[in-house]
Amino acid sequence: MAGEAETAKVDPMYQFTVEPLLGETWNIAGYNIAFTNSALWMAITAVVLFIFMLGGMKRELVPGRWQMTVETFTGFIEDMLDANIGEAGRKYVPYIFSLFMFILFANLLGLMPLGLVGLHPFTFTSHFTVTGVLAIMSFAIVLIVGFWKHGLHFFSLFVPAGTPLPMVLVIAPIEFISFLFRPFSLGLRLFVAMMAGHVLLEVLSSFVIDGWNAGAGFGLLVGVPSFLLMVAICALEILVAGIQAYVFALLASLYINDAENLH
Amino acid sequence: MDLEAAKMVGAGLAAIGAGMAALGVGNVFGSFLESALRNPGAADGQQGRLFIGFAAAELLGLLAFVVAMIILFV
Repeated sequence: MAGEAETAKVDPMYQFTVEPLLGETWNIAGYNIAFTNSALWMAITAVVLFIFMLGGMKRELVPGRWQMTVETFTGFIEDMLDANIGEAGRKYVPYIFSLFMFILFANLLGLMPLGLVGLHPFTFTSHFTVTGVLAIMSFAIVLIVGFWKHGLHFFSLFVPAGTPLPMVLVIAPIEFISFLFRPFSLGLRLFVAMMAGHVLLEVLSSFVIDGWNAGAGFGLLVGVPSFLLMVAICALEILVAGIQAYVFALLASLYINDAENLH
Repeated sequence: MDLEAAKMVGAGLAAIGAGMAALGVGNVFGSFLESALRNPGAADGQQGRLFIGFAAAELLGLLAFVVAMIILFV
């Protein structure tokens, strides 16, 4: 967002660069395992999340504000799993809750205006490698639970109940493709939504900078409206950060429901 | 038209998909509000379905963005 104010030409993709911070020469079996800014922000997210949870686990008889906040989140996820999976959903609360909170905190930390104090916030959820791994983890749970509980009967997922036999030939391949597309769409949705938002903010900030560089007239005509729009888009991005974390958790729980309660 | 210009035009055309997804997302929330105001009691129970519909409509717009990015940068 801020940070590269000096350059006349702003590259909206620069903010997504993954840079090694230390250990550029660490290699295992030909793969570089340097500690990057992406890894740093994942660690920061984990620490912030840990502190947030620690404040809410005091088990006070009369909960304070902090504990109420944490309990609101846990209750929210529990209600969602109850509504979508039912009684069997209880055992997935830890996984879905970690998933939701990790993505939510990552999205929100990436939006923090830390550029004002010279830091470079990095939203690692705007990388398909990260969201893809989260999606594959969720999908692996679906496959493992599905085949564990139902065996090869799990393949009847591709035939909705009550389908007439001639229609099975048409519907089964479509359901199969839609099933295989699920992890891809799950990861893609989060990654593109976060990336598009950050590119939009960067492009608007380049309007402000270039407008004022071109003179006070352009600055007032282009820069000021762009800046006001940027503030509004920032508010929208906070909403998107929450919605995308919720949608990821919701869809993960829906897919788990398919495996848990086969029709 | 040379290849570079054609790529730019193609990426611009892909932006139509983003606009179409805007129609879809607006339709999802609009229909939800319309029926939620008719029957506010049943509205809270349908919020999960609201976001599933939102996610499905939004994904197609995001795919248009991905297509534009692939055309421009890959």
